[in-house]
Amino acid sequence: MRYLSLIGARLAKSVLVLLAILVLNFFLIHMAPGDPATVMAGEAGATDEQFLEDLRERFGLDKPLPIQLMHYLGGVLTLDFGYSYRQQMPVLDLVMDRLPATLLLTGSAFAVSLLFGILAGTMAAMRAKRPSGSIIMGLSLLFYATPLYWVAMMAVLVFSVFLGWLPAYGYTTVGAQYTGLAYLWDVAQHLILPATTLGLFFMAVYTRMTRASMLSVSQQDFVKTAHAKGLAPGVIQRRHILRNALLPIITLAGLQAGQMVGGAVLTETVFAWPGIGRLMYESLMQRDYNLLLGIFFFCALLVIIFNLLTDLVYRLADPRIKEAA
Amino acid sequence: MMKLSRSLLVLVASASLTITAWGKTPQSGGMINVAIQPEPPGLMLGLIQNAPTQRVAGNIYEGLLRYSTDLKPQPQLAQSWDISDDGMTYTFHLHDGVKWHDGQPFSADDVVFSADVFLRQTNPRTRMILQHVKSIQAPDPQTVVFQLKAPFPPFIQAFEVGTMPMVPKHIYEGTDFRSNPANNTPIGTGPFKFVKWDRGSVIQLAKNEDYYEPGKPYLDGIYWHVIPDAASRAAAYENGTLDVMPAGSVENFDIPRLSGLDNSCMTEKGNEYFNPFAMLWLNNREGPTRDARFRQAVMYAMDRDFAKNVLWNGLGNVAQGPFSTKLAAHDENIKGYPYDPDKAKALLDEMGYDGEPVRLLPMPYGETWTRWGEAIRQNLEAVGINVETEATDVAGWNQRISQWNYDIAFTYLFQYGDPALGIARTYISSNIAKGSPWNNVEGYRNPEVDQLFTEAAGMNDPDKRQALYHQIQHKLYDDVPVAWLMELGFPTIYRCNVHDLISTGIGLSDGFKNAWIEQ
Repeated sequence: MRYLSLIGARLAKSVLVLLAILVLNFFLIHMAPGDPATVMAGEAGATDEQFLEDLRERFGLDKPLPIQLMHYLGGVLTLDFGYSYRQQMPVLDLVMDRLPATLLLTGSAFAVSLLFGILAGTMAAMRAKRPSGSIIMGLSLLFYATPLYWVAMMAVLVFSVFLGWLPAYGYTTVGAQYTGLAYLWDVAQHLILPATTLGLFFMAVYTRMTRASMLSVSQQDFVKTAHAKGLAPGVIQRRHILRNALLPIITLAGLQAGQMVGGAVLTETVFAWPGIGRLMYESLMQRDYNLLLGIFFFCALLVIIFNLLTDLVYRLADPRIKEAA
Repeated sequence: MMKLSRSLLVLVASASLTITAWGKTPQSGGMINVAIQPEPPGLMLGLIQNAPTQRVAGNIYEGLLRYSTDLKPQPQLAQSWDISDDGMTYTFHLHDGVKWHDGQPFSADDVVFSADVFLRQTNPRTRMILQHVKSIQAPDPQTVVFQLKAPFPPFIQAFEVGTMPMVPKHIYEGTDFRSNPANNTPIGTGPFKFVKWDRGSVIQLAKNEDYYEPGKPYLDGIYWHVIPDAASRAAAYENGTLDVMPAGSVENFDIPRLSGLDNSCMTEKGNEYFNPFAMLWLNNREGPTRDARFRQAVMYAMDRDFAKNVLWNGLGNVAQGPFSTKLAAHDENIKGYPYDPDKAKALLDEMGYDGEPVRLLPMPYGETWTRWGEAIRQNLEAVGINVETEATDVAGWNQRISQWNYDIAFTYLFQYGDPALGIARTYISSNIAKGSPWNNVEGYRNPEVDQLFTEAAGMNDPDKRQALYHQIQHKLYDDVPVAWLMELGFPTIYRCNVHDLISTGIGLSDGFKNAWIEQ
């Protein structure tokens, strides 16, 4: 019961947070110079007053800002996110169309980085004084410090252009009419490079954090007690040290999960992955206000959901945490 | 003399159909993979006029005419045409048996609807050209007559697919054009039909089996690959996924590498109609740029050969004056401002330039433009001009220029095959109005130039017209209302076994009607 009322209170707060985010974003993006009509006129290579007025009237941009805001918020309350000015399609359709690709990419990157990060970190902690531990830490420092776009381009050059093992870009092979398993295999091949590239940075972070956290936990009295009891080293590592060392990892994983929707702009651009990060970047450049606000809304929503989930996972990992929130 | 014989035109047209590159017979079959950058916002060419839209939709829609690489009109939907001797009546005879992609017949009513109703409402550039037209009528289903208010010889250059695409009357009549659901499944008369569009990934077109020109198109279809990153596009061409890299999809520094690959060819053809012309807007209203001597100093200060050879890999030409050297109206006697920093300094001294800073807006169109901005800044500073670079994104750049909020700003404009269509708009004072980045943005006012442009546009006699345009060029050359940089070279890179890819002065934007792949 206590959990439920807690979740209820958090949700009520979340609605307010979402509303604040919408209003803030609305004014922020209207402060950027230019509007969708000037962008479209610029691309057309010719324009006149009538063309601009037509567009602004159609987009509702001829009305005062507060009225535009009221109109927009009214729409959102009925789950109507409006039309994309440029693409002439409902924002909801566009977002839902691109969301699965992004979730697949960032979800895979998340799983890979968490799994291998914790594994590598544990190994590094157990071999803290041996060369193999230093090698792991060296590599993780390298991945931590290398810019994402550079890794992405090098990966394309090596694995796609020189070796020809993996496709260079895209979500599926263009023109191939795969179905069933063959289709899944095709998508999986396209997924490997971008997911690995995107996951490398967080994998490095998890490795370093797991190692540091495990080393500090292993100095604590209850670990000495466990050793004194004569427990097997493997059991101590897993049940006593790792479990206690996981709390900071969960915090970080919560943050990364929150970034899953909007945080892959670079990777999606380099690998031409048809996800929402690219849609966001393009709609920002084109001042497609409705679409941009819609994407911000879904990003914010996911951050809130993942924060809530993170809180719940804390309680599973450490039963001592109860009402701290 | 202006009257063109119908039979002669048909003869020329059929002759051009049989001539192919290297005399090889075209082979049918095969899909072609082409890069498209940026992703078009939509494919309804009557509503959206930007370059990527035209590149894809130029295969779906058609105009009445095409234009050869030397800008002579050629038949398309119009099989032949006559221009009356007084230059007031344009009569088009349409091709027989043309069908829309949904099977409905195409007729003169569609032409009248497209030009007189649809485009007048939606396309600002076409709207401006159609101001010269008094009436558009269809005396019979195969004939359309444009009646002008006064002679306007450049009118014959305005029937290209991007300027005047034919749209289906039976789908659009009586609807709200911009929200018509058919915009997402475009219907034209062209050689390829729309199949599907996975947003962010690929646009697929398929051969129009019922196309009215026998045997065409040769290709089974076209895949347009949406790849936003230039390095990834280059990699996709290198590993063989892409067959064609249209102009603008390759960064300039990658051109030598990609065109040097095995089985890789490059051409600069297909730019003749648009003829992109790079220049600097110089604000004639305020600041140091108000003084003609300062503007001349800018011309002398710039090392434009460096820009051409280093930044543009030697492609294109350094501009000689306000008119592209590729235009018939260009005056050979005009020899552009040479690179002469001393002369620039002398001019600045003469006007008493006090070091007042000028704001320079580079163009937010990628690496080459950024570097060009740096190069020119360096040139200007070398002669003592105090430059502040102010970088913005595309939306900000449009806004700054159309609100006249700059001192010096990069741009490039299309010349559209005739000075009256593509050049006059930059210099005539009736075209000064806030809100557009494409009109007389610099604020140049010269009643004499206004008068000359008006006279030239309506002049039926080609020799007299030529003389008027020469006069204009000399006046503009002295006044330097804007600084002319370069006639840009936008090369297309493609696999050498793709033939007849570019057959007109509009290039890839005119469709892949003649293209074929040698197996």
